[in-house]
Amino acid sequence: MTRTVLVTGVSGHIGARVALALAADPEIDRVIGVDTAPPPSPAGEDGAVLGRTEFVRVALRSPDLVKVIRDADVDTVVHLSLVSGPGGGGRAGGSGGGRPAMKEHNVIGTMQLLAACQRSATVRRVVVRSTTAVYGSSPHAPAVFTEDTEPVEGSHSGFARDATEVETYVRGFARRRPDVTTTTLRFATLMGPNVESPLTSYFSQPVLPTVLGFDPRLQFVHEDDAVEVLCRTARADHPGVFNVAGDGVLLLSQCARRTGRPVIPMPSPAFRFVSGLARGARLVDFSPEQLALMSHGRAVDTTRLAAELGWRPKYSTAAAFDDFLRSRGGPGDLPRALVDWLAAVVRPNS
Amino acid sequence: MDDFQGRRTDENPGERTADERLAELFAFLRRRVTGAYEVDEFGFDPDLNENVLIEALRPLYRHWFRVEALGLGNVPADAGALIVANHSGTLPMDALMLQVAVHDELDRPLRLLGAHLVYQLPVLGHLARKSGHTLACPEDADRLLRKGEVVGVFPEGFKGIGKPFSERYRLQRFGRGGFVASAIRAGVPIVPCAIVGAEEIYPKIGDIPALARLLGLPYLPITPLFPWLGPLGLLPLPSKWLIEFGEPVRTDEYAPEEADDPLLVFDLTDHVRETMQRQLDALRLRRGPAFPPIVM
Repeated sequence: MTRTVLVTGVSGHIGARVALALAADPEIDRVIGVDTAPPPSPAGEDGAVLGRTEFVRVALRSPDLVKVIRDADVDTVVHLSLVSGPGGGGRAGGSGGGRPAMKEHNVIGTMQLLAACQRSATVRRVVVRSTTAVYGSSPHAPAVFTEDTEPVEGSHSGFARDATEVETYVRGFARRRPDVTTTTLRFATLMGPNVESPLTSYFSQPVLPTVLGFDPRLQFVHEDDAVEVLCRTARADHPGVFNVAGDGVLLLSQCARRTGRPVIPMPSPAFRFVSGLARGARLVDFSPEQLALMSHGRAVDTTRLAAELGWRPKYSTAAAFDDFLRSRGGPGDLPRALVDWLAAVVRPNS
Repeated sequence: MDDFQGRRTDENPGERTADERLAELFAFLRRRVTGAYEVDEFGFDPDLNENVLIEALRPLYRHWFRVEALGLGNVPADAGALIVANHSGTLPMDALMLQVAVHDELDRPLRLLGAHLVYQLPVLGHLARKSGHTLACPEDADRLLRKGEVVGVFPEGFKGIGKPFSERYRLQRFGRGGFVASAIRAGVPIVPCAIVGAEEIYPKIGDIPALARLLGLPYLPITPLFPWLGPLGLLPLPSKWLIEFGEPVRTDEYAPEEADDPLLVFDLTDHVRETMQRQLDALRLRRGPAFPPIVM
């Protein structure tokens, strides 16, 4: 039996890496990558961005996609094209057409893709990338979310709402096609040397504004681990919904200290105002649910994934963040140097 | 830093020298400014708790309230337990003192289950998390108990802490008994705990409900000192405190599914409440007057 994998959102960083890894697998005969924009030019670091992946430029909501799935006898669909911001957030999947286009891409695109899969006689496995943002960020929620936790506040906006709707469609699809294995992966914030996200650009600013009086718990998943989880679920049946995050949490204050950059705590309205300015200046593109995250934080339980895969992420949350920092020139040393200096000054016997 | 390891003098080997204390302080500062410490999934920061928060509360515990902790053997040394205590005092000083008691006398962190209000407020919310506490909800309680932590709960909630001075040492209605269900699910003992002394720190003789509603608070107390003396009115009166951990109530003889049996949960809740009221009355007698007579 030949094996053909379709990867959507292949022009994004994670999509490209997943396609490349699957293409390198001798058990997989064909990898077809689709996206609305072509992948970054092969003049990148290693020449071949996608390996032997065949790229098809097609919008998820176009009828061409149905044809691709039917003609290529696709048996596994890896759906990664959820975009997190109207500007595309650095991901090539975004059409840059504002919030309506983003919703169209995320929600209607997924509907179309699943509709095509439902018709297909060959698709046996569907893997969908979602986000832990579906749990929201709230002072009234449990400290640690398991996959069964119902979000306390139903009304999210933007990305989280799209992901929630996407998951609803995936559940509907799984009900109608019980013979197809569906896997929903809720990823924590991606972190790593090549990740371009609102949070990574936030941590690259020279000073870090924070919300006065709040110190959220953050959780990261390293890009390598994200790719590994996606490949593992694309290769074998792992039905269900799984949280994906590095072990442990970091507090925002702890992250800021690790960067060695100064923080400016400001009252919540001022923080919103400043992030609006940063958005206008195209520095940091924080969405409303990320603003909530910066106050109340979020942590998820990952034991279900570990039990299912028999595998744990290689990077803890802290290790993923440190790896990201190393790639950005390492942490600043000023505070530590200050303490060393102070220690030398007050040292009584020298 | 090797050159900072102070030399220990031979005369008092048990005590740390000034050099060593200084070295510890700088090691602590280095950890803090570089973020090189660990925080658990609830946001508990043991490094900060040990070295700053508990340290700041200890003088109150030792010298202001002269807290004596009794029945320490009733709390398991290395397994999960649910401490159920009475709540009083207008401001949750009893929670803080119970935290010091469990930390200093039992050498374990206390993980309290707190009201929603705490986690909504700036500063208070993350300080509560950093000192090991979390929101009172079944998910968090179950998770902490499964990890074998000592979890503390005040089932009276605001009804207990905000009751008028005239009702002191009278246990209010317990919530819905969620804490009992959590203990049964985890199979950990319930340790009834009586705190005597907190009732007298801010005697609540009145309330300004309209202003409290306006501020989104459950009550706005009038005490003999507050609001008359302004910020000085926030000074707690130095009552004498006793904290007693009582005989544990076992729950491991029930199957975890029996946590879904409301009658069992009600019965057990009542049993714990009656035990605590008896314990509280006896402990109050034992303590005697809250304040020593002025003429000695």
